Amino acid sequence: MSEAIDRSTVYRLRPGWRLQWEEAQQCHVLLYPEGMVQLNESAGAILTLLDGKRDVAALLAELERRYPQAPVQELAQDVEEFLHDASNQGWIHHG
Amino acid sequence: MPPTRGGSTMAERPVAQGPASPGRPLWLLAELTYRCPLQCSYCSNPLDFAAQHNELSTDEWIDAMRQARAMGAVQLGFSGGEPLVRQDLETLVTEARKLGFYTNLITSALGLNETRIGALREAGLDHIQISLQAGDADVAAAVAGSPKAHAKKLAMARAVKAAGYPMVLNVVLHRHNIDDIDAIIALCDDLGADAVELANCQLYGWAHLNRTGLLPSREQLEAAEATTQRWREALAVRGRDMRLLFVVPDYYAERPKACMGGWGAIFMTVAPDGTVLPCHSARILPMTFPSVREQSLETIWYESFAFNRFRGDAWMPSPCRDCDERHQDFGGCRCQAYLLTGDPTATDPVCALSPDHSLIEATREEAAADRRSAHELTPRNTHESKVFCRA
Repeated sequence: MSEAIDRSTVYRLRPGWRLQWEEAQQCHVLLYPEGMVQLNESAGAILTLLDGKRDVAALLAELERRYPQAPVQELAQDVEEFLHDASNQGWIHHG
Repeated sequence: MPPTRGGSTMAERPVAQGPASPGRPLWLLAELTYRCPLQCSYCSNPLDFAAQHNELSTDEWIDAMRQARAMGAVQLGFSGGEPLVRQDLETLVTEARKLGFYTNLITSALGLNETRIGALREAGLDHIQISLQAGDADVAAAVAGSPKAHAKKLAMARAVKAAGYPMVLNVVLHRHNIDDIDAIIALCDDLGADAVELANCQLYGWAHLNRTGLLPSREQLEAAEATTQRWREALAVRGRDMRLLFVVPDYYAERPKACMGGWGAIFMTVAPDGTVLPCHSARILPMTFPSVREQSLETIWYESFAFNRFRGDAWMPSPCRDCDERHQDFGGCRCQAYLLTGDPTATDPVCALSPDHSLIEATREEAAADRRSAHELTPRNTHESKVFCRA
């Protein structure tokens, strides 16, 4: 599986891409030049929190606060996997 | 140059089987004008564009955008002709952005300058796609009919990147520029493109008129694809994030393209005069299309005869009717079927299973014998268009 993500990494959406809630589709979508990705609930929740200031540690802390019933280990693993995928797909950048 | 598809991710959504339950339009292509300073011989605009004078007003466009957004459309392309010819473009972008559209400007870059780039940025424009005709000025001039356009495009592409936009470069490929694909990609890399569409020209409109003088040979095509693949690998090694999308001409395919993700499935074009179309080529078909000047977009999308005409599979002839792939390619392209066979309900002749497939083979043979240079093709301009207005 993917290597561990440095918890001090600060991710942000790829410049020029936009995240927004679409009432008609009842989901968050990621919009980019001439295209769109429909996001599931957890992907939408994670990307909404990538404000260019929060690092991965702060992101996890915020998600733990919002989803107190989620097992901490599992949550961290899911989030790291998502960030890894999203980064590979070019949806998010860091640095 | 209008886009040829509705975005790959969008096209993957399931499409309704029958006219009873069409999905919502996700893409609105606003063809603001047919006016254009260039004369590209592969333009997909209608041959008789010169007959269209009655462009929608600013208010009519804003109303159409508001209606489309309320229906769920989220991607908006400003295209043409050359959309920068419209002096109200900045106003339209401002309104579109307020409505929540992701706004794409699809332009030749002629009419762009640094002041206008700034004003469009201020208006909230999300993305600028610039077309290039070739890797060098001479071929570009022969294709577009303008000796100065190429240098202007390069300067504006750099300015667009400097202003912080994501930038897609679109290069329409044909036999006169496809052998330069290595230099074309290198140029796009140098300009800082985020993505490059290397799109073999689709043979509609002016491109259909000039088709035997545009279609590349199979050898040219294979070499270009191999070069593109080498570039992808080299870019990956360098960690350079520039996506290369290579679109093959369907005259060399075994199966037709899933045109527009299906008729009236996700895509809606509003033409300069307000005519509403399932794709930007469809007004060539022998049928009447509704207008935003007469009906609401909602009525047009869900209820009009035109938008329901080729939804689902009940309209399909044999061999599509019984084919397992009919929900993958939707019988191919209606415009292509009509242009080649005279029957808009025919199976797209590109399909090897089509009874009319020999028409494609014949065109390929004719193209192989066509020795015309890029200069000798029919340019897309008002003078030539008037011939088709009278016809």
